[in-house]
Amino acid sequence: MSTRTLISPAQLARPRGKLIYWISFAVVVGGFTLVFLGPLYWLVTSGFKSAQEVIQTPPTLVPGSFEADNYTRAWEVMDLAKLLFNTLYYAFGALAFQLIFDVAAAYSLSKLRPIFGKAILGMMLATLMIPATVLVVPQYLTVLDVPVVERNLLNTPWAIWLPSVTNAFNIFLLKRFFDSIPKELLDAASMDGASPMRTLRSIILPISRPILGVVSIFAIVGVWKDFLWPMLTLPDPAMQTLNVGIYSLSNGVPANVLIAALTIASIPTLLIFLIFQRNIMAGLTAGGLKG
Amino acid sequence: MSAPGLSPTKAAPTRRISSRPAGSVPPRSSFAKNLRRNLTAHGFLIGALICFALFSWYPMIREFFLAFQKTDNGEVSWVGLDNLRTVVNDPVFWQAWKNTLLFTVLALVFGFLVPFVVALVINEFRHGKGYLRLLVYLPVMLPPVASVLLFKYLYDPGYGLLNELIGFFGLPEQQWLQDPDTSMLSVVVASTWMNMGGAALIYLAALQGIPGELYEAAELDGAGVLRKIWYVTIPQTRLILSLMLLMQIISTMQVFVEPFLLTGGAGPEGSTTTVVYLIYQYAFNFNNYGAAAALGLLLLVLLAGFSAAYVKLSRAENE
Repeated sequence: MSTRTLISPAQLARPRGKLIYWISFAVVVGGFTLVFLGPLYWLVTSGFKSAQEVIQTPPTLVPGSFEADNYTRAWEVMDLAKLLFNTLYYAFGALAFQLIFDVAAAYSLSKLRPIFGKAILGMMLATLMIPATVLVVPQYLTVLDVPVVERNLLNTPWAIWLPSVTNAFNIFLLKRFFDSIPKELLDAASMDGASPMRTLRSIILPISRPILGVVSIFAIVGVWKDFLWPMLTLPDPAMQTLNVGIYSLSNGVPANVLIAALTIASIPTLLIFLIFQRNIMAGLTAGGLKG
Repeated sequence: MSAPGLSPTKAAPTRRISSRPAGSVPPRSSFAKNLRRNLTAHGFLIGALICFALFSWYPMIREFFLAFQKTDNGEVSWVGLDNLRTVVNDPVFWQAWKNTLLFTVLALVFGFLVPFVVALVINEFRHGKGYLRLLVYLPVMLPPVASVLLFKYLYDPGYGLLNELIGFFGLPEQQWLQDPDTSMLSVVVASTWMNMGGAALIYLAALQGIPGELYEAAELDGAGVLRKIWYVTIPQTRLILSLMLLMQIISTMQVFVEPFLLTGGAGPEGSTTTVVYLIYQYAFNFNNYGAAAALGLLLLVLLAGFSAAYVKLSRAENE
């Protein structure tokens, strides 16, 4: 089964059409592979090259030397275990905070409907209108001295976790999903005497697994890919993320070791992508369009 | 504004129905019930509310104050438009805007056109779609430091793969990131490679929603491929195309990470200094938060129009 597109099936059915189709298919698949996988191939193989070979002209296509040692050196010299642990810690912490606070907020706004609920939602969505980079400076100053509690969150995970909750887009996605859950279902639950918390746990959350999956993946990938914010708020080398840590050490190590470190840093998100490909793509088209 | 008033009345009957049959519950006044309901609801909201208040709303307000204030040794004073004057009189001010606009225009040519064409091409094939989709989205999942430093190596005039590649076609070697004429272009190409996956997949989904009869009808009228694209594909995907266009303008005008990592921010002869990099410099290199906020405010005002258009269009799309 194929849907009807630009080129008509009749054209494709002709021998000449078939030939052109397969030739262009081969060209496109080859070209895309070269453009998108080629750099990754270069990254992984250069990690195995010797220091001279990496900067040799012309570059070698297949590594002439095989120094798996570079990867262990990168792991040790750049203390990747620590950077990796930090990044995972921030990412999953941010995920937990977003899941708890944003889900609760979306549930409240969608189903419990408190007074000023609409105004609050409006104010949350209004933050999407402000360019994120413009807010970085006042947000940074806030982290240095949080009002009311008067704490300095610099070099603490809270600097990543708490601001990550202010993801209006997540709340919007979740609320829209909760809105689509039929009211009768919740009425039945409250007739059985279920508290709002119970309703959320035993009815809403099980139904909402697809959207929770999407929100979770994007929460983790968001922290994993962020650069400017962790660079500003976690300057202590012991607290840095993978991105920032590798960047700040990038000038002090030989090219082949740095490239090996980059390869290692790329593996976790690539794994997430390969495993959750379907959810990610579904989330992209479900949420992406309707911002 | 009548909508918020509607919701409590809508909810009220169901509560009555749900509490009556229980019978044993002593009747409470509707005021107390309402209060309890609101307290519970706000209890669920409180975590997000505190975070938004501290890390979104308060900084938003602070941004406006900062722009008109000056801090000397912890002493805050109002300085009116002084910060704005400092920013505008900075010799790099206009260059930063020029560079940012150049980046935006180039990013639109590449970052807007390329994903659309890629989506069109992928959509035509009856095989291997999953593989092609995977490839296109792969770079989006890389941590920026990996993809950016990767490009730094590819662009290297000494041993970079790119010069090798164009040398193969008999073209002269380029300095890429180190030449003020090609530095911004190089940043845009890298940025497109890194970020186009999302847009391409969104276009692809939109293309798959176009009814096939429209193409058939166009063929009966004797339309070729280009005319079909012009008269069927583009009008059918116009809303998504314009949404993505606006989103691209908003995000590319805020470009920071790519030039910061590729050229150190300023680039050769300041050729990749962008507005956001300038904000970064004011705030974190010169400790001049007032100037940073003033420049941020200018960017905000400029982008507000695009944001408003985006919100309006996406409402239309949702209805």
